[in-house]
Amino acid sequence: MSGVQFLHDVLVLGVPFSVALLLAALGENFNQRAGVFNLGCEGIMSMGAFLAFLPPWLARSGGHSTFATLAGLALALGIGALLGLLFGLVTVTFKAPQGIAGIGLQMLGWGVAGTIARHYVGGVTGVEGIPNWNVPFLSDIPFIGTVLFRHSPLVYLAFALVPASWWLLFRTPWGLRVRAAGTQPRAADSMGVNVQRTRYQALALGGAMAGLGGAYLSLCQAKMFADDLVAGRGFIAVALVYFGRWSPFGIMGGALLFSLAQALQLAIQVAGIKFPYELAVMLPYVMVIVVLSLAGKSRMLGPTALGKPFDREMRV
Amino acid sequence: MSGAANRRFGIAYTAGVVVLASLAAAAAGALVLLAIGASPWATYVTILTGPLQDGFGVSEILLRTVPLTLVALGIAVSFRSGILNIGAEGQIQIGILGFTAVALFLPHLPRELLLPLALVAGALGGAVWAGIAGVLRSKMGVNEILSTVMLNYIAAQIYTFLLRGPLIDPDEMISGSGTPQSMRLTKSVWLDRLFTGNRLHTGLVLALVLAFLTWLVLWRTTFGYRLRAAGAEAKAARYAGIHVERSLVAAMVIAGGFAGLAGAVEVAGVHHRAIEAISGGYGFAGIVVALFGGLHPAGIVPAAVFFGLLLVGADMTQRSAGVPANMVLVLQGVIILAIVSARMVIANPYAKQRALDAARRWGFFRDEKATEGGT
Amino acid sequence: MRTPGPIEELRLEGITKRFPGVLACDGVSLTVRRGEALALVGENGAGKSTLMNILAGLYQPDQGRILVNGEAVHFRTPADAFERGIGMVHQNFMLVPSMTVAENVALGMRHLHRKVSLDLDEARRRVVEISKHHELPVNPDAFIWQLSVGEQQRVELVKTLCLGAKLLILDEPTSALTPQETDDLLDRLQRMTAELSIIFISHKLAEVKSLSKKVTILRQGRSVFSGSTADHTTAQLAALMTGHEVSIPKNSGGGTPGAPALVVKALKVRGDRGHWALDGLSLEIRAGEIVGLAGVSGNGQRELAAALAGLRPVVSGEMTLEGRSLVGASPRQIIDRGMGYVPEDRHHEGIVPPFTVKENLVLKDVATRRFSRLGVLRLGAIDAHAATLKDRFDIRCASTAAAAGGLSGGNIQKVILAREIDRAPKVLIAVYPTRGVDMGATEFIHKQLLALRETGAGILLVSEELEEIMNLADRIAVIFKGKILATVPAAGATREALGLLMAGVTA
Repeated sequence: MSGVQFLHDVLVLGVPFSVALLLAALGENFNQRAGVFNLGCEGIMSMGAFLAFLPPWLARSGGHSTFATLAGLALALGIGALLGLLFGLVTVTFKAPQGIAGIGLQMLGWGVAGTIARHYVGGVTGVEGIPNWNVPFLSDIPFIGTVLFRHSPLVYLAFALVPASWWLLFRTPWGLRVRAAGTQPRAADSMGVNVQRTRYQALALGGAMAGLGGAYLSLCQAKMFADDLVAGRGFIAVALVYFGRWSPFGIMGGALLFSLAQALQLAIQVAGIKFPYELAVMLPYVMVIVVLSLAGKSRMLGPTALGKPFDREMRV
Repeated sequence: MSGAANRRFGIAYTAGVVVLASLAAAAAGALVLLAIGASPWATYVTILTGPLQDGFGVSEILLRTVPLTLVALGIAVSFRSGILNIGAEGQIQIGILGFTAVALFLPHLPRELLLPLALVAGALGGAVWAGIAGVLRSKMGVNEILSTVMLNYIAAQIYTFLLRGPLIDPDEMISGSGTPQSMRLTKSVWLDRLFTGNRLHTGLVLALVLAFLTWLVLWRTTFGYRLRAAGAEAKAARYAGIHVERSLVAAMVIAGGFAGLAGAVEVAGVHHRAIEAISGGYGFAGIVVALFGGLHPAGIVPAAVFFGLLLVGADMTQRSAGVPANMVLVLQGVIILAIVSARMVIANPYAKQRALDAARRWGFFRDEKATEGGT
Repeated sequence: MRTPGPIEELRLEGITKRFPGVLACDGVSLTVRRGEALALVGENGAGKSTLMNILAGLYQPDQGRILVNGEAVHFRTPADAFERGIGMVHQNFMLVPSMTVAENVALGMRHLHRKVSLDLDEARRRVVEISKHHELPVNPDAFIWQLSVGEQQRVELVKTLCLGAKLLILDEPTSALTPQETDDLLDRLQRMTAELSIIFISHKLAEVKSLSKKVTILRQGRSVFSGSTADHTTAQLAALMTGHEVSIPKNSGGGTPGAPALVVKALKVRGDRGHWALDGLSLEIRAGEIVGLAGVSGNGQRELAAALAGLRPVVSGEMTLEGRSLVGASPRQIIDRGMGYVPEDRHHEGIVPPFTVKENLVLKDVATRRFSRLGVLRLGAIDAHAATLKDRFDIRCASTAAAAGGLSGGNIQKVILAREIDRAPKVLIAVYPTRGVDMGATEFIHKQLLALRETGAGILLVSEELEEIMNLADRIAVIFKGKILATVPAAGATREALGLLMAGVTA
């Protein structure tokens, strides 16, 4: 196999692999910019994955149904937003510590998705999922065409959300409020910004995007649902936000880096190069640790109020 | 407000919050049960009373109390020292590997030597695994929740790899079934049964002794004092000359040691070989037990018994009512959310004040005049 | 943008505010008319900031009402207050450091938030307009973290004016300024009264007299005086503030200082932003003397204290305590060699708030033979120690088993001081020890410092209050941009001369 062909295969795999991570991380970025880190992202992705899977699975006897798919996506967005708001209740209103509350939410999401799935769906069954849509004309370009333009619509959406997220954070009043709430909530409060409400909004948006990321996993990537489908991607997404320095473009870079590593591992196995399976599976997780170690402690660019609850009546 | 009335209101407020939080958690669980067509009431009753119906059930509860207690003790030490150990799942597995390796490679040693050595190896395995996260946090500021979670996934892969490879039971290889499990370990590393007719073993005694020792160290020694100070207010501890970074690593190592020991004890007392899915979620359940027990050994032991009850009960509902075992995860998740919320609301003086005002409006505590002094 | 109408008269009637366990304001009333400058005066903890925070819409009063031009108003959020033309410049600036001036102003311009896209240009225009009109030069595209403390305060003023303030509340605006900058600010405020009304919070009576004719004095949440400044002397006003004759402990100057206890030579230390926080600083403290470190905050005081305590790495230079070098030593070693430290942030650096008072009193010595044996705590000794210190230092708490974090600021400071002084340090570094502490506790702390001086310890007193330094110090060192500009004997020092040094002006 030629080197170019190998590279091509890795890229073709790598680009769509990054979508679930990218969506969840872009969403988590809004949370963190507003001052809240939501480790329950993993649980939200599980729920999103399952609920997106459910309508197409229920309608499977009738063949592929666009309506069922859309219903699934809507459910995933909805449950994501709902769980984000629940997290807001616990961390913003009750001001519980965000780390542990996130683990609680993760267990909840993972458990509910697993319980309901095991009860109704039983074993592992597949769905047709969302077919790819080749961008006319662009997808015929050699090499780049297959790498970039022959994917499911969600892939295009995910990458379009990168500049959209940037614009939302830095060019709109809402983004201004979010950034102020996450950096200096007291200042924002003194100027009439409702810090609690802004954080709830960010959590709802972040949760919805995480749910969408989970939906991508079950509908586009794996085209099925299983207990361990998400496999830690939610946590990796949270780490990606630090790694990407809370910038949508940095996050995109990080997501691509991770997914390319995963794609590399798969391509190596396909190419017949002997490499222990378990060690290969370990690779992304080790990468996260390495990346976090190198990212360092500097938070000057980021939300300095991250992790601290805000209460106006608290005497300084 | 007079001191006595203040105390009365304080108790009423705390009790009220606890009751509300418990109801909310139960209601959330009930919603999920309804979604799968099970009766919440019947399920809860089964979970809470089913295991208590015979001696065997009780012994099964206490059996699970052992690893839950051990893991929770370690987590309590780490939480109180200011570092969050979410990696108990992986530490348990590495602990099992340590124990199994010693038992497999030194089977001819006398029991008095082999059993303690193997248990220590288990504890060391968990300690080292946790130590990685501790060092990453103290030297490079890596968020320990993320690193321990990643280490969980990594440990799971290492565990499977070794069990399918070097540590696999030779019989499995011959029969070709390839179940990833080790050979049955020599009897000299088995923990003794406490009674006949059930599986309960001497690990229970070990767990209780360690609970007492944990209390002693945390609250009666200078080492424990320093850990707690670093966890309560790292800046002030640093100013007072306490090595906060060393404390963090020490706390993680201790927490990992407890988890590793829990894994080793499970193999020594229950399974007698390393098998798949052995950690059984104890790593996560231990976190909930620690929180439920107020991060104090005196609370952790009863909390571990309670969660043992939940685990056995959930097994029973799976067999009798078809409620999947994942339900336990759901319950653990809502319990965590309920506990952390309740603790903050109870400790929040402003919320308490608003509740007091509301209570006054409804006619309680009216006769006490508000006579707070100035600054 | 709907600009609020002029405020002819603002009246607060019977404002009462309770926090859990504390009555902050007790039936306070005051009136300000258009073009007036009212001074709100009281010692730390008297309720001045709370009262103004209520006026600015940050807190809700439990009782009482606010009337603007005779009409009762209810401010549920700061936005409501802004809409009515009331703006506040807080003591801790309400600015987002990672954003520009224009972005900070845009945050408060509500009408901009109704559009989808953010119109920063309009915010910029407004900043330039106000900046020119009031002669407060400000660059709308500068990031807040790039600006000095004085510049940030200017931004706060401009921001408040941009948002249409017709009544300006200023909370201790001169605490971070040199005397010259203070005079400059007071002058500017005087000119502003042509268009606005001003309420000016301070505990510095001298400034108050120079700016305003009207004063309201708060003591323990109650208004004890409301009238004209011209009719009373500063001493009389001070007595009203504290409720008793004020006897300020003064350093009588006796005793000869001994050998140098702490010697610092050409110390270079990096700050958080990578700049040189200490740029070749040299200082000497002899046994039995108090050296006051005067200077505007932000010139390296914090970093000096941290370096001396072993909490910040020293790049080059020397620090020796009784001849032994401290460079590279750990905080533990420095503590063991006899350095005492009363830190700036008592809640997070001085005590462990959830620990009990008695646990906090042994925070530095828990491993010594006095309080532990073979690693096991000696609870009896710890209890006895706490009881002794509670009496000797008049620490007011329900019992020594109470959580230290629940004590008042002054009492927390006493706990810290008790612990440090009881260890008989050779050198004590006290950083802003009386900040936010009421006069009674302040008096006590000053007496303790003077007593410590008598025992032969050397003391470095870092303070923002020139008066405190001039009263207590034997010598005064002025720090500016990480260097000691000059060290003068306290006896002949004047406010003006010190002020010039603090601003970096060498004769």
